[in-house]
Amino acid sequence: MAQMTMIQAITDAMRTELKNDENVLVYGEDVGLNGGVFRATEGLQKEFGEDRVFDTPLAESGIGGMSIGLALTGFRPVPEIQFFGFVYETMDAINGQMARYRYRSGGTRPMPITVRSPFGGGVHTPELHADSLEGLMTQQPGLKVVIPSNPYDAKGLLIQSIRDNDPVIFLEHMKLYRSFREEVPEEEYTIELGKAEVKREGKDVTLVAYGAMVHTALKASEELEKDGIEAEVIDLRTVAPIDYETIIESVQKTNRAVVLQEAQKQAGVAAQIVSEIQEKAILHLEAPVLRVTAPDTVYPFSQAEQVWLPNHNDIVEKVNRVMNF
Amino acid sequence: MFQILNEKGEVVNEDAMPDLSDEDLKEIMRRMVYTRILDQRSIALNRQGRLGFYAPTAGQEASQLGSHFALEKEDFILPGYRDVPQLIWHGLPLYQAFLFSRGHFHGNQMPEGVNAVSPQIIIGAQITQAAGVGLGYKKRGQEAVAITYTGDGGASQGDFYEGINFAGAFGAQTIFVVQNNQFAISVPVEQQSAARTIAQKAVAAGIEGIQVDGMDVLAVYAATKEARERAISGDGPTLIETMTYRYGPHTMAGDDPTRYRTEETDNEWEAKDPIVRFRTFLENKGLWSEEEENEVIDKAKEEVKAAIKKADEQPKQKVTDLMDIMYEELPAFLKEQREEYQEKESK
Repeated sequence: MAQMTMIQAITDAMRTELKNDENVLVYGEDVGLNGGVFRATEGLQKEFGEDRVFDTPLAESGIGGMSIGLALTGFRPVPEIQFFGFVYETMDAINGQMARYRYRSGGTRPMPITVRSPFGGGVHTPELHADSLEGLMTQQPGLKVVIPSNPYDAKGLLIQSIRDNDPVIFLEHMKLYRSFREEVPEEEYTIELGKAEVKREGKDVTLVAYGAMVHTALKASEELEKDGIEAEVIDLRTVAPIDYETIIESVQKTNRAVVLQEAQKQAGVAAQIVSEIQEKAILHLEAPVLRVTAPDTVYPFSQAEQVWLPNHNDIVEKVNRVMNF
Repeated sequence: MFQILNEKGEVVNEDAMPDLSDEDLKEIMRRMVYTRILDQRSIALNRQGRLGFYAPTAGQEASQLGSHFALEKEDFILPGYRDVPQLIWHGLPLYQAFLFSRGHFHGNQMPEGVNAVSPQIIIGAQITQAAGVGLGYKKRGQEAVAITYTGDGGASQGDFYEGINFAGAFGAQTIFVVQNNQFAISVPVEQQSAARTIAQKAVAAGIEGIQVDGMDVLAVYAATKEARERAISGDGPTLIETMTYRYGPHTMAGDDPTRYRTEETDNEWEAKDPIVRFRTFLENKGLWSEEEENEVIDKAKEEVKAAIKKADEQPKQKVTDLMDIMYEELPAFLKEQREEYQEKESK
């Protein structure tokens, strides 16, 4: 075991798979010699050579399209999009193309591609770096979307994503990159995609979260505990497909739920989850399912992040509302 | 503009004459005639409602088949929506091409060993993908190329530039063919760009570019052959612009070319017909007769008939079929939906 930050765990996962499978290729803008703008690919080019880990021209659409071509020749591409706000440049390559390839070829042209990309607020980035755009991807049939909240999950989920024979969008929250360390096994291990984890057991209300909001939910739970409210916190880990089974099971126990996301109310995946809960467990509900989200404006100018991003007080407030409904 | 045969079927560039046997020359002619008949039959079948989406190919036989004839089996084709003939000559069974037209997933299931993907509808997407295939072949040390096709309008897309630029930067083993048929639906090529040629856009990527008479099958073949050699020798990608023309409408979905084309232009290009000029060339060499041509025509008609019949016999698509080709392993939410549809389908 070693103490790792999430970024180190991510590097370790890529190193593991570069070693395991000669078809794995890691590339993007500045991921080679420079080791990535966040050091996610630090040392990998030196260890595996320029043929396996390399820089590309500055063009996200080209990176996406090239990944498809490399997959067509039997490679297992792990491209990076420097910041997920830049995904618009490559929406066709991802949503219009790689997501559909297995289907459009009647199962004959699978796309074992893992697109890694950082996102997320709280670190005062410039425009279009921090936007939560996972909702755009979860609406596309053919994609899987993974968002880890901690170093241990990041390694296991990334190894599994790379081994998956369908395209996976692997979103890395920038605020979580180096915010804490935890024990991460040095050997390889995987975490199944599409499986949530109960991070904290509780009997009074279910909090469904992913990404940085998992930590906000845990912080809110501690405060709620002081008022005698036991919140159960679920970390989705994968936002497409969503592990509804774990959510429904929890709601059937607690009879109340609040769904949390950093994305705007009209974005993200919260609405989908609320919908599924009312379809599957309406008779178990003591109160409506509420959402904690960001407001429906464009992502804030960096100085306004603090007042805009949803925080633990927002969660406490919404939980109190469902408890006292 | 690179040309070997002029409109009268005379060799005007003896030095560039490709090394093709008499049998090769005849085979090229057979394929061009066959494809012209296929186009005529496809238009008729579309009008009868027996085919769906169809983008006419008449006029582009030299451009499509001359470039394909220069390829090997291991080469990978990333076609645009008008490039079904190349797929057929690369090994896609005709009935599957018809299923593609109708909108049936089996039409897109390339047989094992047919290195190609189904026709790309998003103009430009095939170009960045072709850069990737060409890079993949280079990384594998494989003596093969990726070839991709787009039209004159397609050369205005961002993905066109990104594709040729990536291929150049990585030395990808890729051939990019722009079939300049003068119109992108109703918009003439002059309205796409102020560039005098599309071939010169290669300069922006730092790669080789060549403009070819796209109605001259020998010139298209020779240019593609050379580009292929260059690619597999590690000398990088090539952009080939073929100057060609589509005699028919853009697609069979209601496009009426008389709205934007003059009879004068049509006549001018009909005089350049790639089949007419190559026929004259072969006849002058004593390699082609009316009888041989009729044989090909009959064969084409017969095979089209058989293929349509086979397409008719294909089982209808079910929603569960569509679900099964989404992922390697069905996620829980789709399993749930699959059960619902299976229930419906069993009634």
